[in-house]
Amino acid sequence: MSGLRYVYAVCRPFGTPLPAQLTGVAGVPPKQLVHRDLVALVGQVPEEDFSEEPLRAHLEDLDWLGATARAHQNVIDALTVVTSPLPLRLATVFRDDSGVRTMLEERERTFLRTLDRLDGRVEWGVKVYSEPTDAAEGPETSGTSAAPSGSSPGKAASGRDYLRQRRNQRREHEEKWERAEQFARRLHESLSGAAEDTRIHAPQNAALSRAPGRNILNAAYLVSRTESEAFVELVDRTKDDAPGLRVELTGPWAAYSFSGEDT
Amino acid sequence: MTTAQRLPDPYGSGGGANLADILERVLDKGIVIAGDIRINLLDIELLTIKLRLVVASVDKAKEMGIDWWESDPQLSSRAGRDELARENAELRAHVAELEGARGGVPAREREPSEEEAQG
Repeated sequence: MSGLRYVYAVCRPFGTPLPAQLTGVAGVPPKQLVHRDLVALVGQVPEEDFSEEPLRAHLEDLDWLGATARAHQNVIDALTVVTSPLPLRLATVFRDDSGVRTMLEERERTFLRTLDRLDGRVEWGVKVYSEPTDAAEGPETSGTSAAPSGSSPGKAASGRDYLRQRRNQRREHEEKWERAEQFARRLHESLSGAAEDTRIHAPQNAALSRAPGRNILNAAYLVSRTESEAFVELVDRTKDDAPGLRVELTGPWAAYSFSGEDT
Repeated sequence: MTTAQRLPDPYGSGGGANLADILERVLDKGIVIAGDIRINLLDIELLTIKLRLVVASVDKAKEMGIDWWESDPQLSSRAGRDELARENAELRAHVAELEGARGGVPAREREPSEEEAQG
């Protein structure tokens, strides 16, 4: 078999087969490479795209990167349905099967230890956004009709009115953030109580996520499969608690945020 | 094996998850193993400039001394607002000063005049 080996994840042998039509990076179905008590999920990828130079160039291309990341995640998702895998970072590539086997052998003990820790668990992502409110940033709409035509709508009648308006806006704005942060903190505390482990990630930039509003909490929770339904219900119940805020749940993910060896 | 049935339906994962959710995990989380093809994702220019700021964990980024986006209005909406607020405060002080000087009374005690309303 020619081509390079793209490794998606490491897991223990699993009984349920993956969907027959499942494809991954480069449109290639992943296959299992079994080595003793471990399985590496591996896909064959072309050298012209995945050897060092072309891969480096591809990674600079956001479209290629996005498509490859989705293909990678597609395979991890399918694997997460049948087992609790240890997901590898994007673009982990070996020359051949024996390179993959050597890697499995060298890290066998760590892999087994981490897989035991993650066994039967999944990751849920919870994000809190403040809904964008134009009123806080935009011009006041309560302006008096005293302003002559030609001036901008809602223009303050005087410097004094202007100052008062700006002061009120600023106060409302600050109160809004305080409420949002309090809500996020309470939510995180309550969800942490229902999870085995948690991670707080950097807030997402709206330019990439295209999600409206500002991301004020971006957290991951490690939850056992059996407790997951209760966890989801808990998130659902809190959704309506905070006007002007939006709670977003993603998952179940493979335990990406908890796969580090130092955790 | 019934693990699949026990899990609630996916929320946003797969096709529906936003790209930031996926990139955040596949680029910045998950286990790092040096394969035969040696690519350090942090060396990639586009990732460095555009993505690492978004997906790297705050602590990790700060460890690397990368936190300047927090005060860069082009990269941080909060920084943008902070700057606007600062600018507004300066302008407000300036306006109050001018009004005080013109009317000879402190700005906060004056009622708006017809003249000013039209200005």
